[in-house]
Amino acid sequence: MSRGPLLFQDIDTPGLVRLDTYRAGGGYVALTETLGKKTPAECIEVVKASGLRGRGGAGFPTGLKWSFVPKDSPKPRYIVCNADESEPGTFKDRELMEKNPHLLIEGMILAGYAIGARTGYLYLRGEFEYIQRILDQAIADARAAGLLGQRIAGTDVAFELYTHLGAGAYICGEETALLSSLEGYRGQPRLKPPFPAVEGLYACPTVVNNTETLMNVPHILKHGAAWYRQWGTEKSPGTKILSVSGPVKRPGNYEIALGLPLRALIEEHCGGMRDGMKLKAVIPGGSSVPLLPASLLDTGLDYESMNAVGTFLGSGGVIVIDEGTCIVDALHNITRFYEHESCGKCTPCREGTYWLSEVFERLENGEGRPGDVDLLSDLADNILGKSFCALGDAAAMPIQGALKHFRAEFDEHVTLKRCRVRRRRDEIAAQFATGAHA
Amino acid sequence: MSATAAPRALGDLRPLELTKETRAEIDAAIARYPNKRSAILPVLWALQRQIGWLPPNALQRAAELVELPEPEVFGIATFYTMFNLQPVGRHHLQVCMTLSCSLMGADRLFRHLERKLGIGHGETTPDGRFTLRRVECLAACGGGPCLQANFDYHENLDEAKVDRLLEALK
Repeated sequence: MSRGPLLFQDIDTPGLVRLDTYRAGGGYVALTETLGKKTPAECIEVVKASGLRGRGGAGFPTGLKWSFVPKDSPKPRYIVCNADESEPGTFKDRELMEKNPHLLIEGMILAGYAIGARTGYLYLRGEFEYIQRILDQAIADARAAGLLGQRIAGTDVAFELYTHLGAGAYICGEETALLSSLEGYRGQPRLKPPFPAVEGLYACPTVVNNTETLMNVPHILKHGAAWYRQWGTEKSPGTKILSVSGPVKRPGNYEIALGLPLRALIEEHCGGMRDGMKLKAVIPGGSSVPLLPASLLDTGLDYESMNAVGTFLGSGGVIVIDEGTCIVDALHNITRFYEHESCGKCTPCREGTYWLSEVFERLENGEGRPGDVDLLSDLADNILGKSFCALGDAAAMPIQGALKHFRAEFDEHVTLKRCRVRRRRDEIAAQFATGAHA
Repeated sequence: MSATAAPRALGDLRPLELTKETRAEIDAAIARYPNKRSAILPVLWALQRQIGWLPPNALQRAAELVELPEPEVFGIATFYTMFNLQPVGRHHLQVCMTLSCSLMGADRLFRHLERKLGIGHGETTPDGRFTLRRVECLAACGGGPCLQANFDYHENLDEAKVDRLLEALK
């Protein structure tokens, strides 16, 4: 059964990791129809016209990003796949790569062709060692079939592709930190500008794209921009894979046409909440984005609708929070994550996330002081827009969102001198400990 | 970060001998980049695969291999959480504690593991079989609570499943 219109259409085909199976389903046709037949400039135009936006979180238009690579630079160029997939709540790239590695390889060759790169690196988070083995095998198979290396598919195009395994650092999902890590430094972000398109890997023009973004490219080049726009909205064309987690009946990855209401995703695709549980809030785009209360469940899952209600589609990590969960506790968990993952380079993020955690700890332990909730808000304000990279913003924005929708719950921790629901988290967990997982 | 400051293990102090496999892995890694420095992560991974952790003589060897000063390699190795600068057990149990898993019972699962193994975060059983660690998001949120035993994912865990897993990991 098909699980989605595009990237998930044939994802469960047995043996899709093998080159022959992938080719039997039309794989590498986009490649042979493009290399030497369309100019790189034409490829960039098609991707621009498709309206494809970066699927890693920022949603930046992909074709536009490619067009920033200087045409006249004498330096080598690089295409880099960001397969760090470290945003909490997101687990789509893992399934995509595990099941369909050749689509990513084809996408990287085509993206490399469009920007004039002869070398590509695929940066995987350290935990994905088994995916590195799958990809390395697929790369070896593609090379043996003349789809990588010199004279690809009989043309004069050359392209080499290598995997690179990270080693445990959320920050390496930030594109300049990823490049630092790939160059053999601590994975800390760099100042922009210069943007990677001008000075990226080894100070050469570089494009960094997310896994899912690159996997859309062969489809778009094969079928055209108008075809791709049959899905989604005017400003958010195409499909998106959403990773749903939390106490819903059927958590997992779902490919939807952009614009689908959040409610339809949760109630129809995921079968609604587990029995006896009620939805309280949803984090729609990975832990970095502000949450939405149940009252905003009819918002469309697309870039502009999410922005209109003060949040982001982000990476598509949909975390569903039930009534039995304390929002302060949930935000404490997220804040602790950012404190742990702050790379230490800049003061607002390094110190700010530490102090945020301290205040959350007090609130949850019933030691909240009058003014602590305002202190949280103040700390978040002093991180947002003042940190070196987006990690600080990612720590601050969810707190501001939670205070906007659930301020009373924060205040209550101070007035009651305790968390009313904290202990319930274990009781809820106990229901699942009996093997109730669907 | 571990609360207990155990003295840093030193391991074998003699210069590290590379196995044939490690040497081949490192040579292949260095060939993939325009400079040696870029190979530092693959080199550290190869050494950790050989020894199980990164003792001082491994960091020293890594520094020679990629032609970097030793303190710089130490700085890199300490930045990334997956490099073990202390010995770990045969099965390194890394339990995800981030929000999605926490909503599904990660805290309870971790406490169960602590009781069952008699060790806490960052500790190793006396027989060297298990090391237990809290980690952040493993990108398996739809299968929470989850853990990685070395590199193997185990998802949708409950107490009975984790007990069976411990039995199977000899």
